[in-house]
Amino acid sequence: MMERGRVMKRILGRIAYRTLTYGAKVISLLLAVSVISFALVSASPVDPVQQYILRVGTAVSPEQREEIEDYWGVDKPPDERYMDWLSEILHGNLGESLVYRRPVADIIGERFLNSLALMFCAWLFSGVIGFSLGCVMGMYKDRWPDRILKKICYVLSCVPTFWLGLLFLLVFSVWLGWFPIGFSTPIGVTSGEVTIWQKMYHLILPAFTLCILSFVNIALHTRQKLVEVLNSEYVLFARARGERELTVLRRHGLRNILLPAVTLQFASFAELFGGSVMAENVFSYPGLGSAVSEAGLNADVPLLLGVTLFSALFVCVGNMTANVLYGIIDPQIREVGE
Amino acid sequence: MIKWNQRTKAVALAAAMAILLLLVYASGILIPEYAITGSFLDAGRAPCPAHPFGTDALGRDLFLRTLKGLSVSMTMGLAASALSAVIAIFVGVVSAAGSKYMDGILNWLIDLVMGVPHTILIILISFALGRGLWGLFVGIAATHWCSLARLIRGEVLKLRTRHYVAVSRKLGKSSGWILMFHLLPHLAPQFLVGLILMLPHAILHEASISFLGFGLPPERSAIGIILSESMRYISTGMWWTAVFPGLTLVLIVLLVDHLGECLREVMDPYSAQE
Amino acid sequence: MEKKIENLLEIQDLSVSFRMYGNGLEQTELQVISDLSLTVRPGEILAIAGSSGSGKSLLALAVLGLLPDNAAVSGRLYYKGEELTRAWQKQLRGTEIALVPQSIAYLDPLMRVGGQADGHLRPKMTGKRREIFDRLGLPKQTERLYPFQLSGGMARRVLVSTALLTGADLMIADEPTPGMGLKQALAALQMFRDYASEGKAVVLITHDIDLAVEFADRVAVFYAGTTVETARASDFKEGEEALRHPYSRALWNALPQNGFHPIEGFQPYAGNLPKGCLFAPRCPYKTEECTKTAPPVQKIRGGEVRCYYAS
Repeated sequence: MMERGRVMKRILGRIAYRTLTYGAKVISLLLAVSVISFALVSASPVDPVQQYILRVGTAVSPEQREEIEDYWGVDKPPDERYMDWLSEILHGNLGESLVYRRPVADIIGERFLNSLALMFCAWLFSGVIGFSLGCVMGMYKDRWPDRILKKICYVLSCVPTFWLGLLFLLVFSVWLGWFPIGFSTPIGVTSGEVTIWQKMYHLILPAFTLCILSFVNIALHTRQKLVEVLNSEYVLFARARGERELTVLRRHGLRNILLPAVTLQFASFAELFGGSVMAENVFSYPGLGSAVSEAGLNADVPLLLGVTLFSALFVCVGNMTANVLYGIIDPQIREVGE
Repeated sequence: MIKWNQRTKAVALAAAMAILLLLVYASGILIPEYAITGSFLDAGRAPCPAHPFGTDALGRDLFLRTLKGLSVSMTMGLAASALSAVIAIFVGVVSAAGSKYMDGILNWLIDLVMGVPHTILIILISFALGRGLWGLFVGIAATHWCSLARLIRGEVLKLRTRHYVAVSRKLGKSSGWILMFHLLPHLAPQFLVGLILMLPHAILHEASISFLGFGLPPERSAIGIILSESMRYISTGMWWTAVFPGLTLVLIVLLVDHLGECLREVMDPYSAQE
Repeated sequence: MEKKIENLLEIQDLSVSFRMYGNGLEQTELQVISDLSLTVRPGEILAIAGSSGSGKSLLALAVLGLLPDNAAVSGRLYYKGEELTRAWQKQLRGTEIALVPQSIAYLDPLMRVGGQADGHLRPKMTGKRREIFDRLGLPKQTERLYPFQLSGGMARRVLVSTALLTGADLMIADEPTPGMGLKQALAALQMFRDYASEGKAVVLITHDIDLAVEFADRVAVFYAGTTVETARASDFKEGEEALRHPYSRALWNALPQNGFHPIEGFQPYAGNLPKGCLFAPRCPYKTEECTKTAPPVQKIRGGEVRCYYAS
């Protein structure tokens, strides 16, 4: 009993240590992202205050000007400026977007929901499709289904997202007329009146584009893992016990490849986000991706910084989920205490 | 016998692809900008013998523009990949050969670069450097070195345990000497193959970021700009403006990727089996 | 009308070789089993004894038809008097022929032990499995564990239980006892004995001659991928003179209780087998004939031996 208590304590200690170091790492990474992005926009030849005044034109009241100068801390040294900006950020004040004339936090919140719908669909379907195709490739290793699928994956990995989107736009919108060209909401309808169906209708093409290009990674990864499993000794034994191919896949294959696949899928949030930037721009989809390129082109510094930080946070959440999932699902980690 | 045959075949294939790429590249470079300026009389022509890819809304020949754009993408890709590969070799070697502390820092750095979506990071860097080619170059170079650095790190860790390195150390050779004469020659093939396998990604990123508008000014010829313009005319039925330049881009990227795989096979026939 | 089966399994001139790609992508042949002949009778425990690397484990896979694709197999296998085809092997696996594999690596790392022992067939015989676990000294909560939580001995007992549970007519046990305590090993072997006494047969692959002699009815001595002698277990107890082949005698002499005399030389490498008798390079009695052609199987004093000079 005493022994067991001590063991438990040691394990808890280890978990606490791991969580702490991991948490420290995450926080340090996010801080570093904020420093780097702040330094980058500060280094830019574009002056945010000037841009603001240029944008708004002559209508800038002295108070507004003071407010914006205060936000950017024009006269202060860079480190102080950064600290002020960071404390504003931590208080939830991401500044006001030049292009949209609204608080950046509101824009991100609204557009993130759109992006999330897009990315989630693409993520889910690319995961399911990629995993299934990977299983087929692994089961038929070096036979024709595998060879054909491998060629397809190989070609797809060389196709840029935006061009595929353009092709889809050409085929499905221009030629077939199934989908609208651009804009998430029909023109002349305010965003409040848009039904969920209309939103989904506009979601299909970008999500499809993003999904097609995202499944390659997971398919090739799953194939490799499945081949490893099928060559393992425990599968040899399963066969010796009379298990047929499909039984082997069901009983041992899926069990051993699902976890790495799900983990990989969570760890791929960065590519997902990058892909959505391209897809959103092609389809004029009102998400974070189209906002960030607009912000970059129009020198909308607060929005650019806001989306950058948010994207880093998003990737971080994905990586953390992958880590935690591994701990929950893998019995080798989970049952150390038992 | 078989080995030699496969090797010769791979070398020949690689040479053929390299020549083809060089041809595309050279023709892109050699085409003067004035040859591309079109007239409004030719505007919006569908593909025909005189204009194999058709012409755009300003009457410019799309075939020539595509070649020009590809050469821009390839130059940019090559330059950025080269810088990226140098960063990778530096980070990889220092991380594996240096202290544990250093290793931790560099791994953290890799996590940092992987922690922001690359498209966003390139946009940010490009913005900081006032857009244009320079920003694109730095942005692409800064984001593509991570996986090669990890590979080189692993390779150096493996090499460090080899006998001849230990013997050299016993003989009193300095770390720098060992690095120059033992590690770097072994890393050269890794470096070259890594560089070429990085190229397709770099080219694709160049095209993507130009497409978004962060790159060359819109009147110049870059593959991303051509495709971005085509988006405006796509609803008017000028499908060729989108299809052919993009298709050529994909073919070039496939070719470069294949060249990389071939080289890997030639240099390292065992690990390239799968 | 039940025909009396004389041999449950009969192996005639089985050879297995692997095509390997060595340095520089050139092919080499690795001859791992050469001209092996063996019979297994119902109701007996046949031990296959020999040093490691003599191809014993591959023999089990050859019988089950589970050798990898790059293996070339020649020779004939008969099961219950009929030729064993690939399709039939597929049917027999796990139902009539059961395998006890060698190590913990043969258990799925992510599946609980109970489910693995029960196997994929339905209906599940959980009750019978618990009984077998109990007899093998595995505590009841073992079934909730994952393979990485088992000790080596526990894993081997779990593997033994999988085969016992099938009720197969032929069980091939590949090194089932190492890692088990003496008491557990004896319990497992006793279960094999009981199993055989039901008219089934157990092939016990082992490198432990003492153990083989103690529990088996007959012992096949394995050398460089072939059987040099098949003797009654009692012959080994009688002493050196009761054995027929110089290698079996040398093995006997190498046992601790018989003086611990080592055998000189090494077992030949599978990629470079000698012509003629495989034991000739190490044999004190070899003649020119031995180095030319391999001796055929001869029946001498109730055993089988492959030596020109056996008497």
